[in-house]
Order: sequence, then structure tokens, then C-alpha cells
Amino acid sequence: MSQTITQKILAKHCGKKEVSPGELINCRIDLCLGNDITAPPAIKEFEKIGVKKVFDKKKIYLVPDHFTPAKDIKSAMQVKMMKDFAKKYGIVNFFEIGCMGVEHALLPEMGAIKPGYLVIGADSHTCTYGALGAFSTGVGSTDLAAAMATGEVWLKVPEQLKFIFTGKLPKWVEAKDLILYTIGKIGVDGARYMSMEFTGPVIDRLSIEGRMTMANMAIEAGGKNGIFAPDKKVVEYLKRHAATCRGMTLTASDPDAEYKEIYEWNISGIEPQVSFPHLPSNTKPVSKCKSVKIDQSVIGSCTNGRIEDLRVAAKVLKGRQRHKDVRLLIIPATQNIYEQAMKEGLFNIFLKAGAAISTPTCGPCLGGHMGILARGERAIATTNRNFVGRMGHPESEVYLSNVAVAAASAVAGRIVSPEDL
Amino acid sequence: MNKFKGIAHKFGDNIDTDLIIPARYLNTHEWEELAQHVMEDADKTFVKRFKKGGFIVGGENFGCGSSREHAPIAIKAAGVSAVIAKSFARIFYRNAINIGLPILESPEAVDKIKEGQEIEVDLATGTIYDLTSDKFYKAQPFPEFMQKIIAAGGLINYLKNR
Ligand code: SF4
Repeated sequence: MSQTITQKILAKHCGKKEVSPGELINCRIDLCLGNDITAPPAIKEFEKIGVKKVFDKKKIYLVPDHFTPAKDIKSAMQVKMMKDFAKKYGIVNFFEIGCMGVEHALLPEMGAIKPGYLVIGADSHTCTYGALGAFSTGVGSTDLAAAMATGEVWLKVPEQLKFIFTGKLPKWVEAKDLILYTIGKIGVDGARYMSMEFTGPVIDRLSIEGRMTMANMAIEAGGKNGIFAPDKKVVEYLKRHAATCRGMTLTASDPDAEYKEIYEWNISGIEPQVSFPHLPSNTKPVSKCKSVKIDQSVIGSCTNGRIEDLRVAAKVLKGRQRHKDVRLLIIPATQNIYEQAMKEGLFNIFLKAGAAISTPTCGPCLGGHMGILARGERAIATTNRNFVGRMGHPESEVYLSNVAVAAASAVAGRIVSPEDL
Repeated sequence: MNKFKGIAHKFGDNIDTDLIIPARYLNTHEWEELAQHVMEDADKTFVKRFKKGGFIVGGENFGCGSSREHAPIAIKAAGVSAVIAKSFARIFYRNAINIGLPILESPEAVDKIKEGQEIEVDLATGTIYDLTSDKFYKAQPFPEFMQKIIAAGGLINYLKNR
């Protein structure tokens, strides 16, 4: 039977030749991860199972990134619990501030993710790693507990959707716009329980960072995973990030593999997209947003906090100033990205533009800390969710966009494209 | 005890995990504390109005968004007997099964049941009984594997037994 790349990875990890949509399988995992919100309940559950050790000390990643540097006593206790757990069981990959980052930016950057891997994480944006040709999906804390004990996870083989992007990316249109456009078209449950495979000439030309931005938001369409067939760019990415490529197989979907639906879009004519409150699927082209005044602009997160993103922000902000009524927050996603941006002189540009630069953290992305909105305030953000209360007060609003638009809007004080500055 | 009787509380489509339990309360994982804020950003009065044993009735894609298990936990800890929806987002679905919160998929029941009506749910048969209009609705049965997890009282117990 012809298989998609997702099916091939799943089959390999449950010891079968092939798997079909709907089948329930028990899979071996290559990696699992948890953060300061999801790991503590997982640790509690893990202790209840009654095993004496974790399945593999090197394959568990614990990254406190949501409320860190600890914003209050309770958050500090959660991180402490992770740290103690890591010590007790000899877990190698625990990352505190100073060497940490937003988990989904950190793991690929460390070379931890490889094509063909099966990764589960107690965080919904674990789907990000599909950019490297891995099957990765978000699960809950109990799943993480079970995985830490057994190295296994139960999964239902998803149905497959294929998205083909043709044409040429217009100016100021980024990978983020491709995924916002997709979610706008199919809705927040358009890929519920399904696998989203992205392909086409536009995708071939995208950087791995751009692909991560897209895979990251598969969950925002309800997807189980987002995936890209690994190509030369993945190999180069891994080399750059000090990972060995030995024994790696670059698989692709069979040409006649079955898909529930195939979407093909020519994107040559699209504009940067903006998701209006309170769903990522409420997208509009940026030219239709001009009357939306903003109080805050956030550039960062696991969606758009990588070095590529910061370079785009610098391009827009160079020689410009934030609007006097707008708070501009820039949050490099990892310590390495922070250092790189500093070396490249991007921080000078940001500081002159009146931005506040933060140490890596999820912070405002989930309304945790470091830039919470008051009642009635509006933010434009390069993050991935604009649900009610996501960045603060339940009566505040979040608009999602690419980096260039978020930077330009900080300058204009309302949502605009860099073209309009 | 597989039968529950209580009041139905209705919500719309795409009830996301931030509505179920806002992130500002996630610096704790204590069940009791989470329960005090359940559904807060969807309906501020819910916690006050809710009587233990009642039901949450949602539309399509219930529980979309984050992977936080705190969402089904907050619901369970508040004393909700079961969530009935037209469909569930996938991580919420598996979390609910893993922690032992009963969930039922029945578009028909969701369309017919009104806010504040008394209903009875039989988990063994997957039937939802609307006492006001004297009607029965049938929910999708779970695959056998999931039934085993539920019967064991969640994934951790299931693993312990294994
Ligand atoms: S940056 Fe935002 S979306 Fe990404 S892991 Fe952190 S809270 Fe979640």
C-alpha cells in the first residue's frame, strides 16, 4: 500500500510495514518533552506508576519556558519540581534560564530533532518539528508521564491532508502568512485529528525556520501534526546545528499515497494576513486593517522568535521609532538567538526604535507575564493564538501577523504593512 | 456508578482551553484551585451557578488550543459528570480519556438539549436522556482500547495493571 511520510514514520515506530487511518497503534518514541506548566502534573502521575527509573535519561527534555524567569512563588515551585525530578532520575536535558529558550525553538536548534523521529511533547505546539521531517505531536501530561516511564505512546493514525503552494511569495509575505492563509481557508477545525503535509515549489524554497513557523500552527487548524518531506535544507540545517546526520533516511510520501483532501493554492497574489480576535481563522489581508489601533506589539514566541524573524524586524525598524502609544516587545526565542542578534547589531536597531528586549520566555504569548494587556487594550503579535484573554484581560484583543507587519504596526500605531510606512 | 443526572450548561463552538482554564491560573496544578476558575473566560458566572454533577454541553471542536491537561482536570475537579459535544479537539479528547473525564460525542443531543435542562447520562451504553422532553440520544461508542483505559480509571491505572 502507498503511504504518506506520516504513515511511514508511524509504521516504523510501531513495528509494522504499514498503517491505515483510524488504526490505534502503540508507538516507540524517540523523544518526549514537557514544560513548566505541563511537566509538574506529569511528574506527579509518573510517581504514581511506581517505576524506579525513566525509560531513557537522554530522551526526556524538560524546558521551563512559560513563566520563567519565575514570575512568582508558585511558578518557581513548578520549576523547582522539574529540577528536582531531573536530578532524582538523572535526566540530562533540563534547561534553566541562561541556557534555555522557548522549547520548540530550543530543541531543533540543539540538533535534538531529526527526520523520521517520533516526538511527543506535553505542549500543543510540539507539531513544530514536522519542519525537519519528524512526526511530532502535542499530548497531555498523563501521556508524558506514561512516555517517561515506558518510552511509548498510543496514537490513532490520522487521515492525511495535503497542501500544495505554488507561485512566488510576494514582498513582505512570510511563511507565517501561508499558514494563516491556510487556517483562514479551512478553519480552526479544518484539520481536526488529521495530518497536514505541506509541499510545492514555494515550500521547497522556504527555509527550515519558515517551515517551523508553518508546522507550529498546524494545531491551530486542529491538526495532529504538520509535516514537510525532509530535503537537502534539513541536512544543512542539522549540520549547522551540530547534529550528526549519520544513519538518517530522508523519506517522502509515495506519489500515489492517499489523501482525504488536496488543496492547491497559488499564493502569488496574497497579502500579509492578519487574524482578528478571537480565532486564528479570522484572517484578513493587511490592507483591510488600517483602522485597527494598537497598544502593544509583540515579536517573539515559538512561531516567530528565531533569528530570521529578528532580521526581518530589524529591516523594518531600522532608522524608525515605535509610535509613542505603542509598547514594542521583542523576545528572542533562545539564548543562542539572543546572542546572535546582539552580534549582528540588531539590538542597537531595536533599542533605538524604542523596543524592550526580553530574555527568552513564552511570557506574553500565553498571558503569563512580561507584557500583559489591560482591559480594552489591543496587541498585534507574531504568536499563534488570539483566543479570548490569551494575552491578558478577557476584554483585551490579540491580532496575529507576520513579523514585518508587527514591526511596521509598532511604528504606525495601527495595523499596517511595511509598504505603508 | 455509570449513570449521572444533572443540569446541562450550554456553550458554543470552538471552546478553547484558554476559555476553559485561563493561562493566568496555570502557575499551579492543584485540582481544587483550578476548579475555582473553570470556564471563567467563557462565562464568569459558571462556577457560581454550577451544581456538582451537572454537565457541560459544547458545540464543535470542544477543547481546541493548548495541550494543558489542566482543562479536563479543572472540569472534572469542579464536579462535572461529563462533557457532551458535537466534536472534540484531539488533545483534549485524549487528555479526557487519560484522566478519566467522561466525554460523549453527539451532535444531535447538543442541538436538542437546551440550557438548564435536566439530563441523565448512562456511560455504559453511551445514551443521553433528556428528562424534559423525554428523548434519548445515542453517543458514538469509544474504541475498545479506549474503553479499557476508561474502565481502569485512566491511563496511569491502566499502565499499573499492565
Ligand atoms: S511561545 Fe507561546 S505558543 Fe509557544 S510554547 Fe510558549 S506559550 Fe506556547
